[in-house]
Amino acid sequence: MSILVNKDTKVIVQGFTGGEGTFHAEQCLAYGTKIVGGVTPGKGGQTHLDKPVFNTVREAVKATGATVSMVFVPPAFVADAVMEAAAAGIELAVIITEGAPVRDMQAAKACAVKNGMMTIGPNCPGVITADECKIGIMPGMIFKKGNVGLISKSGTLTYEGANQVCNEGYGISTAVGIGGDPIIGLSYIQLLQMFEEDPETEAIVMIGEIGGDLEIQAATYIKANITKPVVAFIAGQTAPPGKRMGHAGAIISGSAGTAKEKMDALSAAGVEVVVSPAEIGKAVSKVLS
Amino acid sequence: MNIHEYQAKQCFAKYGVPTPRGIIANTPDQAVANAGQLGGNIWVVKAQIHAGGRGLGGGVKLAKSKEEVREFATEILGMTLVTHQTGPEGKLVHKVYIEEGADIKDELYLSVVLDRAAEMPIIMASTEGGMDIETVAENTPEKIIKIAVDPAYGFQGYHGRELVFGLGISDKNEQRKLIDFASKLYNLYMENDAEMIEINPLIKTTSGDFIALDGKVGFDDSALGRHPEIEDMRDISEEDPDEREASQYGLSYIALDGEIGCMVNGAGLAMGTMDTINYMGGTPANFLDVGGSANAETVAKGFEIILKNPNVKAIFVNIFGGIVRCDRIANGIIEATKLTDVHVPVIVRLDGTNAPEAAEILKNAKIENLIVGTDLGDGAAKAVAAAKGEL
Repeated sequence: MSILVNKDTKVIVQGFTGGEGTFHAEQCLAYGTKIVGGVTPGKGGQTHLDKPVFNTVREAVKATGATVSMVFVPPAFVADAVMEAAAAGIELAVIITEGAPVRDMQAAKACAVKNGMMTIGPNCPGVITADECKIGIMPGMIFKKGNVGLISKSGTLTYEGANQVCNEGYGISTAVGIGGDPIIGLSYIQLLQMFEEDPETEAIVMIGEIGGDLEIQAATYIKANITKPVVAFIAGQTAPPGKRMGHAGAIISGSAGTAKEKMDALSAAGVEVVVSPAEIGKAVSKVLS
Repeated sequence: MNIHEYQAKQCFAKYGVPTPRGIIANTPDQAVANAGQLGGNIWVVKAQIHAGGRGLGGGVKLAKSKEEVREFATEILGMTLVTHQTGPEGKLVHKVYIEEGADIKDELYLSVVLDRAAEMPIIMASTEGGMDIETVAENTPEKIIKIAVDPAYGFQGYHGRELVFGLGISDKNEQRKLIDFASKLYNLYMENDAEMIEINPLIKTTSGDFIALDGKVGFDDSALGRHPEIEDMRDISEEDPDEREASQYGLSYIALDGEIGCMVNGAGLAMGTMDTINYMGGTPANFLDVGGSANAETVAKGFEIILKNPNVKAIFVNIFGGIVRCDRIANGIIEATKLTDVHVPVIVRLDGTNAPEAAEILKNAKIENLIVGTDLGDGAAKAVAAAKGEL
């Protein structure tokens, strides 16, 4: 067991033949991900990486039975691609692209929700179930199979956290990079619920950052619903207010969205909160022993 | 991207949102000429910088004669204005906006922002105009009205009714005018990919008209590609030159006031690295995300920008290679030491893709001042010790 994706998940790639799409689709195939084809309008009928290329997502779904799409199209076309996936019956779209306009993502997310499609991202490393399926851009080799679920707004902190967990002798069930944009798909609450229900997952690492209040909502949810131990780190304790720290959503507005308020809320919910990401591995070891 | 008040008011005017008449000036002579052109016998001289709180800092003055317009314009142009939003270093004023006086009966607050929880824009309004909205939210949250507008259906009649009845406006004519005002502002927000529009204060005149006395507008950087006319409003002098230079190389840089320069891949890990330095008793000198496509040139540029800051006593390079390959970063570090005089200790921690190759490259290069950190905690501890001269 795991959450969201596994060795049988059939994946198509939107933006399959582009530079980024090609490079990362190749890496995912090498990891063992069941990529069954891709979509590039105008290139339907061709073969790329030994897989069929389709003009539309609808054709790709019909021909391959894919349920998940990995989206690599340029930022201006992300909303269109996500809506197309939703209309074609895709169950989960993993949006890697960085720099999609917020107004576009607002519309795309609303459309996905209406069509019952889950989304991850945008501007995220993707999702990986260790040793089974990698949909995204993370370095697969650091994720050893195990019983820790990981949810993170940051790509490299996902790698840092997973690496420490594995160095402590534990491993990862599924890791999900949810992205740091103002509007994102699956968030802490839904994923916490999935990890709570996943028999393979015994502990959860949650990595957040300044800006917005998703971590505060998660704290409330954890207190009421999560029985498994949770370790959390919130990046940006030393970030100045009013400055956008790399991610579009990572900004302290006035006095709202600080790391401190999030850390306090999570601590109050019984979460093992670490002050430095260097302590994530040890904290996991502590809650599991 | 933020714009000046006078530019915000040009946007308002384009959408039929009423503003006082005004003309921008670069010199005291122009300021006086503008006052003459506007007519009347009272004018407001307003410093144009990208920060709020200008009035309290002495950047907004009421002139009752053209002599006073000259006096205030001379005083404000070239001054370094310090407000609660500029930081202690303040901002240099290059332009003043000369505006006709307004007849104020009531001061309101109105804004359109994205509500991240609702995932749609909200119109926020309050009767407490002229006050800092954060203070209002803290002390009297019941005085703030929030109305979410779903972009799929747009601004409807009920949004307007919730607004005017919520603000206690009972005159039919006034209701109609304010609803019209708010709906136009919402259109401006949506059609231009604005991130935030704030009018504080929005005034009601004695004759029952609503006018945007101030205006603050920010736009979504990711959407500027489809709005060249907005990009044209960019004022480079408002941006930090180092941050701007960094962005041209795909680096995301923000200066801080500590002693340890940081070079990291990924925004989250970059913040986490700053936090770790702080936790270990040091102070970060900057945020720097080298991004996903770092190479020798960008790393060298990163060193150059970090070392411009005279407070930097050590540099911590913390890379977890995913897409970024560590061997490339190692070559970048070697390249940088050739291109730039790296006169402080450099602590390097490289992990992930091609980390063993990178370690080999650095070892063979035999660079003076270079210290290897085995992991995040070890690297940060060494950087803190090096900055204190204890290594």
